[in-house]
Amino acid sequence: MTTTLTTTTLAGVAVQVNEEGFFEDPKVWTPAMAEEMAKADGLDALNEQHWTVLNFMRKEFFEKGTGPTVRVLGKTSGVSVKDLYLLFPKGPAKMAARLAGIPKPKGCI
Amino acid sequence: MTKRIVILGGGTGGTLTANRLHRHFRHHGSQHQPVEITVVDQDDHHVYQPGLLFVPFGLANHSEIVRPRQAQLHRDIEFVQDLIDHVDIHADTVYLQGGRELPYDVLVVATGAILAFDETEGLTGPGWNEKVFTFYDVAGATGLAAALDNFEGGKLVVNVVDMPIKCPVAPLEFCFLADWYFTDRGIRDKVEISYATPLDGAFTKPVASAALASLLEEKGIHLVTEFNTGEVAMNDDGAGGKLIGYDGREVPFDLAVVVPMHSGADYVGRSEGLGDDLNFVPTDKRTLQATAKSNIFSLGDATNVPASKAGSVTHFEGEVLVDNIIRFLDHEELDSAYDGHANCFIETGFGKALLIDFNYDTEPLPGHFPAAVGMPLLKESRMNHLGKLMFQWVYWHALLQGRDIPGIGADMPSRGKEQPTPPSTRTTQGASA
Repeated sequence: MTTTLTTTTLAGVAVQVNEEGFFEDPKVWTPAMAEEMAKADGLDALNEQHWTVLNFMRKEFFEKGTGPTVRVLGKTSGVSVKDLYLLFPKGPAKMAARLAGIPKPKGCI
Repeated sequence: MTKRIVILGGGTGGTLTANRLHRHFRHHGSQHQPVEITVVDQDDHHVYQPGLLFVPFGLANHSEIVRPRQAQLHRDIEFVQDLIDHVDIHADTVYLQGGRELPYDVLVVATGAILAFDETEGLTGPGWNEKVFTFYDVAGATGLAAALDNFEGGKLVVNVVDMPIKCPVAPLEFCFLADWYFTDRGIRDKVEISYATPLDGAFTKPVASAALASLLEEKGIHLVTEFNTGEVAMNDDGAGGKLIGYDGREVPFDLAVVVPMHSGADYVGRSEGLGDDLNFVPTDKRTLQATAKSNIFSLGDATNVPASKAGSVTHFEGEVLVDNIIRFLDHEELDSAYDGHANCFIETGFGKALLIDFNYDTEPLPGHFPAAVGMPLLKESRMNHLGKLMFQWVYWHALLQGRDIPGIGADMPSRGKEQPTPPSTRTTQGASA
């Protein structure tokens, strides 16, 4: 897969993302950036459950090197798969990973 | 002092590992002679899993693809038939449900993947094994054969619920064979075939995904992507039903062929520190040593390594794993030799097949295998189909016995592969789709 990076401005900071909008460097992410991306995705605001998932995904990424799949999220994040789809209607693993500033989960081989 | 090697699972990985280890220690000895090898499995039915694909179409039957496990093992290898209760990785002991305890110096986890039917709402509810089937086990594949025989037209849906699954190409092969089967029966124009996948394309790797998507289109098979099955629901009349995606999309069917979610074996979940959230065993993708403890190794469908869950992967891993177990017993450094090599025939119907060959770093590419002159890669051919059929003989008579198969080794051959674009302009993005 060819990766083209572009620079976008989130919460006043220049950030490099790939063509699907995933962060090149998860360390530059801030919660304010997630809020801004969520608005662009059509979510009014990120609620407590959204933050539970986003924080969980970042923790998993920094511990394991990849974000969890939806199925693992459903088993371990404390939010059911059905609710995950309500929270992140564009597909929880991908959308939540993007909002959390981590790479697309490597779930599919 | 006797060294005890306990191998959990008498499938492809467990059997070839046991036989390879046995041959090594018989011929070469070890600083640690003698070595005792024990294989544990819950039953004595070794299924040639690639054969399951052919059963629904009447091209293979139960008796051809199932043989006793014990008969595939050298007679000096102990075979224990029992359920595994758990492994205590601190006590280096396996506890069996029958009460026996198996202490080990080296443990090999080769218990594969199980089908997690219960994780999908409604999958095994009304309509199960009547209108909704899987071909991923012998009973399902056999039941599906009868259902296909009686199918006179309508909507056939082939669905992968979630990755990872065993043999990610098998559901595509099922679509291609169904197209052939209904064409042969003269009712292809009465059957709508759809393939609903959670992936964003026909397959995980870009070049192969595009080639397989074109084949689906040529054969008039409708591709539904990024479909995450949340529920299987039957209509009130019981004549058909629909797959309901978590995003609200619906795929109606008269006959559904579902590949359920996969997990590692249940006992892995009961063995503290051994598995991950899905009961797969976290394993070093190059050495095949488990991260849980240095005397535990794992291969095949049981691991979490980012390679396909496929027999060829298990076969190639086996060569590296056996070498590393010997190194471990000899207190030598492990060899980071496994490159992720996978080699899969893809049946495309009408007596033809594709062949794909790839590893962690190289996606399936066109060309020839194993060298510039050889079987065509990513291209339909009769030779590939014959290769797939012949492989069953190779499996029972050479692969399980742990014999080296000429031309098919652990390292992926690069000769004969066509690079799609110069590597300097491409960035690989891990193993994601």
